Amino acid sequence: MERMGAWFDRRLQLAAPVREALEHPVPRESASWFYVFGSAALTVFMLQLVTGILLALIYEPSAGGAWNSLQVLNHRIPLGWFIRALHGWGSNFMVAIVLIHMVQVFLFGAFKFPRELTWLIGVLLLLLTLGMAFTGQVLRFDQDAYWGLGIGASISSRIPVLGPWIVQLLLGGPIIAGATLSRFFALHVFVIPGSLIAFIGIHLLLVLKLGINEWPMPGRIVRRATYMQEYHELTKKDGVPFVPGAIAKDLIFSGFVLLALAACALLFGPFGPSGQPDPTIIQTVPKPDYFFLWLYAVLSLLPPSLETPALLIGPVIALAVLFGLPFMAGEGEKSWQRRPIAVLTILLLAVGLGTFTHLAGIAPWSPVMNAWSKDPIPAEYLKERSAMERQGALVFQAMQCHNCHALGGEGGERGPALDRVALQLTYDQLVRQVIQGGGNMPAYGKNLNPAETAALVAFLETLHPANQPAARDASRASQ
Amino acid sequence: MNSAEAPSRRGLLLKAGLLFNGVAGVVLGVPIVRYLLSPLMSGKGADSESWLSLGSLDRFPAGETRLADYRNPVEYPNDGQTANIPCWVRHLEGEKFQVFAINCAHLGCPVRWFPQSGLFMCPCHGGAYYEDGSRASGPPERGLFEYAYKVENGNLLIKAGRMPTTGSPNAGLVSIGKSPCA
Repeated sequence: MERMGAWFDRRLQLAAPVREALEHPVPRESASWFYVFGSAALTVFMLQLVTGILLALIYEPSAGGAWNSLQVLNHRIPLGWFIRALHGWGSNFMVAIVLIHMVQVFLFGAFKFPRELTWLIGVLLLLLTLGMAFTGQVLRFDQDAYWGLGIGASISSRIPVLGPWIVQLLLGGPIIAGATLSRFFALHVFVIPGSLIAFIGIHLLLVLKLGINEWPMPGRIVRRATYMQEYHELTKKDGVPFVPGAIAKDLIFSGFVLLALAACALLFGPFGPSGQPDPTIIQTVPKPDYFFLWLYAVLSLLPPSLETPALLIGPVIALAVLFGLPFMAGEGEKSWQRRPIAVLTILLLAVGLGTFTHLAGIAPWSPVMNAWSKDPIPAEYLKERSAMERQGALVFQAMQCHNCHALGGEGGERGPALDRVALQLTYDQLVRQVIQGGGNMPAYGKNLNPAETAALVAFLETLHPANQPAARDASRASQ
Repeated sequence: MNSAEAPSRRGLLLKAGLLFNGVAGVVLGVPIVRYLLSPLMSGKGADSESWLSLGSLDRFPAGETRLADYRNPVEYPNDGQTANIPCWVRHLEGEKFQVFAINCAHLGCPVRWFPQSGLFMCPCHGGAYYEDGSRASGPPERGLFEYAYKVENGNLLIKAGRMPTTGSPNAGLVSIGKSPCA
């Protein structure tokens, strides 16, 4: 055995450099539970490679066949559903771990001199990971994927001058069709993973060459002139070899992540596919996958006039900040305890993205398309009402008011809930609002005859608590 | 003498080698780029758009708005259902129509028609349009995209073949306001 090893090594001559790489000294304090996310991301990436290849054995990358091949995977191939679930959950885990890794690197000042390039490659790896997540969602060629592509194309079309060309290149033709799926397949299976493997290689090489970031101590300042020497002294004085000194925690955490991932796959199963990618089935409420939900919310909440500038300039600014960071703050304090703005930035981003993601789960801006036929008007709003008021309640349902306005907590939230509307608007104001719309409400003047309007407003006038009278116009004594 | 000459000859050979490979690169690169850009070439201008029948006029009763669909004119064998494109047909009266793209003018989600309230509503970000396609509320900055249409031999024809997006000029699409039937 030993002789065989020697035979190979005489030719490959890799044993010495590999041993050197494995035993490279790591600052003792960096062999910490905070430093396990990079290796965990790599572990999940390797799982994605394996499950991805397994899925490719069955998956059919054609617009006419993709959806059916996913059904075959889910229902006919033994454990096909489990491999799909592993790949889908692996995607979510990978994005999450890459983000956590990035936050840790940022808060521990690891992007500072001399590790700027490691950070830049890391940003590229984040973009590629998100690219994998998006293209992967497209390969699950269902209704969400189809309309998600439409949204992607609509956003791209707003790029000045080049927009229409980019849309054609993105879709591979004038519409979303077979060529679209094929090119996203090529991106997801060849181009992006190839780039990921190459950049991960450089990323790891840089970690080996420059050493793992030391534990940041408040007051220990990074200076370009002295840092390298200080780091070498630190690792010499208080370093441990990466193997076996630091790798144990990486191994344990990676194992834990794999088991957690398998548990999620087992318990929650694969993602979709939702309905068939047939554009003529329009009874659909497309939503993006989890890590793009925040964007869905932002696109709904931005004022229309700000949307295009925000879509086009926002990513440029974000990338400029991410790429510029190690150059703007290449020296100085590493410890997050002395970097309040860094901590606040992370908190702000976390709260912001968390809020948008949460809102996208409820999607209060979307009309509830079937509320008018599904959600009843609470019985107490109809008790002891006149015939006209009840007729108004019928108009309320029939005209789809309920799709945007909630009553008794049911219905859409696009417009305000109307349970107390009579307290806020007088009779005349209600009539005006219904007929003319405004404040983001369509005008119903053309679609309601006077009798319907009168009945509807009579009903709305009853919507106030019993102990509080409806609003009235003080200038009109008779009301 | 030898030592001065040898590098220059080697240098010349190196330059020739690089040049040779550069030529080979161009010879191979041009068709590769041409292939990659083929979606731009094939979909240029109005090539991808043609007049398509949505069926006979009596499928669209006057005063009503109905869902219709057509098979995209440029299609490939593996397009499957994705080449079936729906659209909304509003029959005003006689031979006056409005044919709207299914795609919301905001980000392209499929809008649904509600005849009772006379509104198109979008399920994604909450856009709403009036029955004539003009913007009623929500994030869209304009009305629905509208196809050019004509009536021939009792059939309704539209000019279609490209997914409408906010940023693209659509040869076959007329914008609301300049509509021929307005």
